[in-house]
Amino acid sequence: MTTTQARSTGRKPAQIVDMSWDPITRIIGNLGIYTKIDFANQEVVECHSTSSLFRGYSVFMKGKDPRDAGFITSRICGICGDNHTTCSNYAQQMAYGVKPPKLAEHITNLGEAAEYMFDHTIFQDNLVFVDFCEAMVKATNPGVLARAERTTAPRGDVHGYRTIADIMKAFNPFEGEVYKEALKVSRVTREMFCLMEGRHVHPSTLYPGGVGTMPQPNTFTDYLSRLMRVIDFVKKAVAMNDDVFDFFYEALPGYEEVGKRRILLGCWGAWQNPDVVDYRYATMNEWGRAMYVTPGIVVDGELVTNNLIDINLGLRIMLGSSFYEDWVGEQPFVTHDPLGNPVDMRHPWNQTTVPVPQKRDFEGNYSWVMSPRWYHPATGQHLALDTGGGPLARLWTTALSGLVDTPYVKATGNSVRISLPKGERLPETTLEWRIPQWSNTIERDRARPYFVAYAAAMALQFVEEAMGMLRSGDTKIFENFEVPDESIGCGFHEAVRGVLSHHLVIRDKKIANYHPYPPTPWNASPRDIYGTPGPYEDAVQGQPIFEENGPDDFKGVDIMRTVRSFDPCLPCGVHMYVGKGKTLSTVHSPTFGASHG
Amino acid sequence: MTTQSGTTDVRDEPGGAEAGTGFDEIHILWISEGMSCDGDTVSLTSADQPSLEDVVLGLIPGLPKVNLVNKVLSPSLGGEDFLAPYRAAARGELSPFILVIEGSVPNQNIIKGDGYWTSFGNDPDTGEPQPLNWWIDQLAPRAWAVVAAGTCAAYGGIHAMAGNPTGCMGLADYLGWEFRSRAGLPVVNVPGCPIQPENFMETLIWVLQHAAGSAPPPPLDHMLRPQWLFGKTVHEGCDRAAYYEQADFGLDYNSPKCLVKTGCWGPVVNCNVPKRGWMAGIGGCPNVGGICIGCTMPGFPDAFMPFMDEPPGGTLSTLLVKPYGAVVRRLRGLTNDVVNHEPKWRHNKRRLTSGYDPHWRA
Ligand code: SF4
Ligand code: SF4
Repeated sequence: MTTTQARSTGRKPAQIVDMSWDPITRIIGNLGIYTKIDFANQEVVECHSTSSLFRGYSVFMKGKDPRDAGFITSRICGICGDNHTTCSNYAQQMAYGVKPPKLAEHITNLGEAAEYMFDHTIFQDNLVFVDFCEAMVKATNPGVLARAERTTAPRGDVHGYRTIADIMKAFNPFEGEVYKEALKVSRVTREMFCLMEGRHVHPSTLYPGGVGTMPQPNTFTDYLSRLMRVIDFVKKAVAMNDDVFDFFYEALPGYEEVGKRRILLGCWGAWQNPDVVDYRYATMNEWGRAMYVTPGIVVDGELVTNNLIDINLGLRIMLGSSFYEDWVGEQPFVTHDPLGNPVDMRHPWNQTTVPVPQKRDFEGNYSWVMSPRWYHPATGQHLALDTGGGPLARLWTTALSGLVDTPYVKATGNSVRISLPKGERLPETTLEWRIPQWSNTIERDRARPYFVAYAAAMALQFVEEAMGMLRSGDTKIFENFEVPDESIGCGFHEAVRGVLSHHLVIRDKKIANYHPYPPTPWNASPRDIYGTPGPYEDAVQGQPIFEENGPDDFKGVDIMRTVRSFDPCLPCGVHMYVGKGKTLSTVHSPTFGASHG
Repeated sequence: MTTQSGTTDVRDEPGGAEAGTGFDEIHILWISEGMSCDGDTVSLTSADQPSLEDVVLGLIPGLPKVNLVNKVLSPSLGGEDFLAPYRAAARGELSPFILVIEGSVPNQNIIKGDGYWTSFGNDPDTGEPQPLNWWIDQLAPRAWAVVAAGTCAAYGGIHAMAGNPTGCMGLADYLGWEFRSRAGLPVVNVPGCPIQPENFMETLIWVLQHAAGSAPPPPLDHMLRPQWLFGKTVHEGCDRAAYYEQADFGLDYNSPKCLVKTGCWGPVVNCNVPKRGWMAGIGGCPNVGGICIGCTMPGFPDAFMPFMDEPPGGTLSTLLVKPYGAVVRRLRGLTNDVVNHEPKWRHNKRRLTSGYDPHWRA
């Protein structure tokens, strides 16, 4: 069946080679992956992930005016900075006791929907898919490419490509048709974003208390007309991705093992429901569950909780392999939450960041990333949750919870149904994302275009509601507030690539403590104090290798696919560094890039 | 230098590169391993006039063939393959090239013992991380031109704000403001947090045309910014300026009127964004409801915080707006001068002067 050599069944004596990739390309930020690969048995035996950058947001925000927090934290990330501003504003709104007007929530939601569409598209088509494009597959699995040339694409009627290889060709960097179209679409969706939030990537019109975006009829029609222009591209993207990913399972039996982890997913919810949210801590579970992406934690396929209060109280920031001094000896900032529940010393509210630059040592400390974990009360374990690159966890928690029920998106308990209207060429289409069997590389990647469709569908609803409000004369977009002398707040949101929370403590009207927890520390964390590896390390470690090249011309594409499936984006590792690299044999790097660009 | 709207001095060194003009092919070695969010690379991909694809695919006439090496966009899988051109350039085997730095440059000198604030690949001999500073030391003297992408690389930016632990600074602070590249150019600063996509593209095109021998060097002002882009203030291009002139000020963010009372620094900030929009003429700052926080300026962010308060002096200038135009212009000139300077802690000495205290408490 398979076009590559049959994988050997019996184990052979190990032939271990050190291989590392540092820096990893086609991601944002500094990431290094260091592995030991057993070429005799074609599997990865060990993996360390490191980051080589420390910038210190939680350090230099101390003592600043808390209203500045959104403007500053945007700069944590050069691709999803708006997610940080939004999350910071959520945290501030809790601390200030202010609820923005409904129209402001719609405008923020529209901006965030455009952001998800932009960011997932450019990442999937211009960065991730290069690992699945014709040039790359030819260089790593020529047998698979030959088969792709003979395989008719099942959804050709939607996307217009005849064979799987034709789709792969369309993704060749800088030259392929889809690669180029994706860059254009990523501009149109960014224009939609700028209509709502002023500038991409660091928005100019978001404030705690609301927005400054002037609501005019054209504000929304300009957005809507662009949305309708890209809606067919969205439908095609889902079809193309499904075709290629289904083909991979078929052409390379066992590919489901690549990047597979135990199902340990976290999602903090996205898009507030303006009718329900009031930003009070006491009612956070209610308004959290009313969000248009349902927050939740899924362990081994079971939904553990949807409650943002449980989620908040379970957060633990661990050290173990990171370049920091521990803070357990310090005075806590927050001993109890506003409901009287005790707050752990390892919770972000109580964290003090003290960087200690040092040598990289894979037996000791090797990263500037810390290790966020979630304390699971039922088992007493500190879980290394991952975000599935964002969409996998979002769709999973939303599908299982069955709470989202809107005109265009519906969660069924085991799937999410997304309806997109008629576009220029394609008819009205209903897509259904079903909970997959595995949390692995392919399913992380597959979930991404479905979530773009989800975001497009939600945008339609928000734009309709916003236009309705505008036409009825309800145009208030900002609510005044006072910064209290003392207060705490937390914000929960989804950055494009997964969970995002900001934790704020105010004293004397100033920031006494501020710790943002974006997705990348969750995904890219090193081994914690208990020796538990972070999700990249865990997903790569033990995964089989399907690449046909041997150690001398090895490109590591299966490993890179796994790492990129998480949508690595390291600037947000706020706390980060990369590592050593005593390589036993050659550090390998492909020559693929030489011919391109 | 002038204080009027920041318009001004041409670069101190006229003329182009003696030996450097007229190339058919040039490499762009882009390093975003400074203290950065990579937002400038991301912003660059939204430029459409022209787009990055257009430049890379040779669709713009009059440019040399461009080989762009950028980690985010590289089709390589990473590691040594990706680093090969940088290594070759460091050995002096690849030229000509334009070095683009994104992100502020940390102060390695304040680290006692081993350790790095940020690195780019590993040292092939020791296997230890290769600090960003090492690469700049190797590459800048060999570069045909050096471009700072974004306010972090230009002046230090957000990561160099008061209380920062890394002691970071802009590229010109690191290399010295007198630095000249092989082409005889100073560091070309394209500030913006992040860069306005088309501002950057335009500057790059000019530098590339200069490399092709078809254009003189780009005119830069005293802070090494392209003059034609940063010569006017935000205020001068703002479509709320008529409200300002009528002394009609918004008192909260619900208002379409002038935002100076709610925190806009437009009157003293050098930036063309409200005039130009953010991309393809869409978006921006005060023109669409965002206060100007001075993100292109040497004094950013410290000189502009807290952002949501009326700028000091704002009350006076708004009061005086009608009767004393000339006086106001002079007062503004003074403030413009202040915000056109970086805080003095941005340097490469052995001491950390940003005010960071590892056990700071409110
Ligand atoms: S909003 Fe800002 S830039 Fe526009 S007129 Fe008022 S002060 Fe000037
Ligand atoms: S108007 Fe102000 S905030 Fe906006 S880009 Fe220009 S300098 Fe930055």
